[in-house]
Order: sequence, then structure tokens, then C-alpha cells
Amino acid sequence: MSLGSFSLRINGENRVVEAYPMERLLDILREHLGLIGTKEGCGEGECGACSVLINGELVNSCLIPVAQADGAEITTIEGVANGEDLHPAQKAFLACGGAQCGMCTPGMIVATVNLLNKHPHPTAEQIREGLNGNLCRCTGYMRIFQAVEEAARTGSEK
Amino acid sequence: MRSDPRDYEFSSPGTLAGALSLLNREPGQWLPVAGGTEVMVQYSSGRLDARRMLNLWDIQELKQITEGADSLRIGGGCTFAQIREHSAVQKYFPLLAKAAAWTGSIANQNRATIAGNIVNASPAADSPPALLVHEAELELVSTAGTRRISYGDFHLSYKKTALKPNELLLAIHLPKRFVKWFSYCQKTGARNAQAISKVCIAGIGKLSGGRVETVHLALGAVAPIPLRLRKTEKVLLDAELTKHTVAEAQRALAGEISPIEDIRSSAEYRRQVAANLLEDLLESFAASECGQ
Repeated sequence: MSLGSFSLRINGENRVVEAYPMERLLDILREHLGLIGTKEGCGEGECGACSVLINGELVNSCLIPVAQADGAEITTIEGVANGEDLHPAQKAFLACGGAQCGMCTPGMIVATVNLLNKHPHPTAEQIREGLNGNLCRCTGYMRIFQAVEEAARTGSEK
Repeated sequence: MRSDPRDYEFSSPGTLAGALSLLNREPGQWLPVAGGTEVMVQYSSGRLDARRMLNLWDIQELKQITEGADSLRIGGGCTFAQIREHSAVQKYFPLLAKAAAWTGSIANQNRATIAGNIVNASPAADSPPALLVHEAELELVSTAGTRRISYGDFHLSYKKTALKPNELLLAIHLPKRFVKWFSYCQKTGARNAQAISKVCIAGIGKLSGGRVETVHLALGAVAPIPLRLRKTEKVLLDAELTKHTVAEAQRALAGEISPIEDIRSSAEYRRQVAANLLEDLLESFAASECGQ
């Protein structure tokens, strides 16, 4: 109906967007802000390609109307690395061959970052559960699980 | 075809009183949306008929879990992540903690609320069987005040509930009196994670001298509403859990359920799995020490 103004803190930067309240956070990120690292897969909360963190919690950005993200702290895949220094999860996905076509990878890595924030030393079961909302049709998941284990190892060495 | 965001109104009153007063002024005009895991799916696929959204996500009055001496009160806006992690839920209502952990992925559990799950009224939802066997009560609220009804009376027919157009589901009350009882739940889906149930079951009970003193059973995805198995319970009452009793109970169950064929399963498969799940439940029940 009418445009609103929404304040988002994205990857540590304050951004204000003019948008319709029901616009999906995913579209705001990709189309308004050019943050195209976040992918759209299913568009119905099943595949996890659009995973981001809102106030430190893992969510599917395709299911969030931007009005519900007003004032929130959002971390996208673009905000995971520290400048040029990749996050341990990103390094581990590269080292372990945790990515093939790459469509699911940003979501997988955001879900991994979330998992490691909650469980720095996850069990195999916690890894499977932590990534259970992220579908990959290439890898068969084993290299992804290995990458998460590797990220937990290297991340905790710091 | 995706919906056009320009077609939608979105109201964020921010308080319970504000939301209720809007619902009272224009009952049936506003669709409450909390975590969006149902509404936004419909929206994304262009299947959302409602055009006016009432935002409940930021209403703090709906988000508390409070433990009383005899019961636990779960605010309608509590997420499944909140519920599964809460120590009193884990201690007194392990079936609900498990059902919360079964509901969608971590990302969905961070958004999906228990009131949304109940009010959406899918017969295949994971939390209703646990709520039914624990004889939950629902606290409904409108500008006129609150009223409480038994959860067993809430679902009227497929997707029809006792919630009035000017009401919200304020809280779920769970009595703690079942804490030492045997408890069991199980779910059958296409995969372990993030699958809607083909059939799900929950049961609690007490044995006395090898006989069933009391038992509560409920099933999801086998009828137009989440179903308490009153007739099957009756067959089990006072009985020893022999093979014969199990077969009798399975016969009673077959008469109570009315599964359909849909995208997830056939009716016949659901019938067979419901019987198998009941058998597994009763075998665990017989092997349990509870009430002995």
C-alpha cells in the first residue's frame, strides 16, 4: 500500500531502505542493497539458501517481511569474513571441497557460523541438526560435514 | 506467481492491547502474522488471500514461558527454539520438547511460534499430539478479556477452530501432574529433518500391577483434526498389555482414524503406520517401570 522507511544494521553498517513492509528481506538484500551473496532457492523456507542471521539467530530471509526486520542487526554471507581474512568456516569449506555448484554454499556457511557460535565444538549430531535446514544437491553432505568439523578445529585454535 | 508487496497493508501495533483493539474494530479483516513460516510461504507463492497483516512478532506479552506450582504457561508467541531449550519444558513435557525439535529446521524453529502452529490447525502439525495427551488448556484473549478452553475442544473440523475473529491465542497452559508417567512420541516422515509428518503419535500413561491404570493417546495426520484416541484408550483401560490387547487396541484405532491420501502419503500407508506406531508405543509402555 504505502512505502515505509526501515532501518537495518547490516554487517555492521546502518542502512535505511524505502520499501513496502511485506517485501521479503531476501529481496531487500539482493535487489535494494546489491548483497547478492544470499541466494534464493525454494522461496518457501525449505532449502536454506537464503539463510542470514537476525540478531544472532539463524533465519530464512525469504520468510521475513522487511517490516519485521526493522531495527535488527543482520549478518549476511558478505559480513562473515573479517575484511580479507576469511572466517574459519569459509576457509574450511574451501579446504575440504565443501562447495560444488555454490548455490547452497552461502547459506551453508551462515548456518555453520551460527552452529559454531552456539556450539564451538559440535558433535556429529549437532552438525547434522545445525545444517538440517540447508539442502545441497551436489555434495552428498559428507564434505560439508567434514568442513564444519575442520572449521570447529581451526576456529578454536585462535 | 509471487504476490505483489504493494497489495498488502501491514500493521505493527507493538502491544497486545493495540493488536486486540484492531481485531475488535475490524474482526476478520486482519491476518495475524508472527514468525511468518506459514503466512510468508503462502505469500511467496501467491496463495495468500488476506491483504491486511497484523504483526505479532514484536509483542513481548506473547513471548514468555512462566512456571507455576502446578502448571507451565507458554505464551502463544514463544518460538519452538525457545520451547525446546526451556528447562521446565524439558523436565515436565519432554514430548513437547521433542515435538518442538521436530518442527522444521533450526531456522524455522527460530521463527515459528506455538500459537501459529495451533491456530494454523494443520492436522499434520507436530506439537498437537503432545498438547492433547497433556490435556493442555488454551487461553484466548480479546478486548472483552480472556477465556480458557480445553485444547481438546479447540479443533472443530479441518482447519476450523474455536478461535473467534476478534481473538488471539494468548497462552497454552500445561498441567504438570503427568510428570512421573510413561511417555512416548514418534514421527514418520520422508526424512529425519524438516519433513512434515506422514503420521505422528504421542502417548502418556500409568501402569498398576501390570495393568493400564490410565493412558492418553493422540495422533497427527490421520484425521481432519489432531486426534485424541478416546476409544482406543477405553479398550486399553484396566487391560494387561498382551499381544491380544495390542491387537484389540489397533482395531479400535482403525475405527477412530480417517486418513487421507495426499502428496505425502497414501491412506493405506498411514493406516498401517498408525497401527505400527501404536504397537511400538504399547510395547515400550509394557516394558516401562512407571507406576509399578
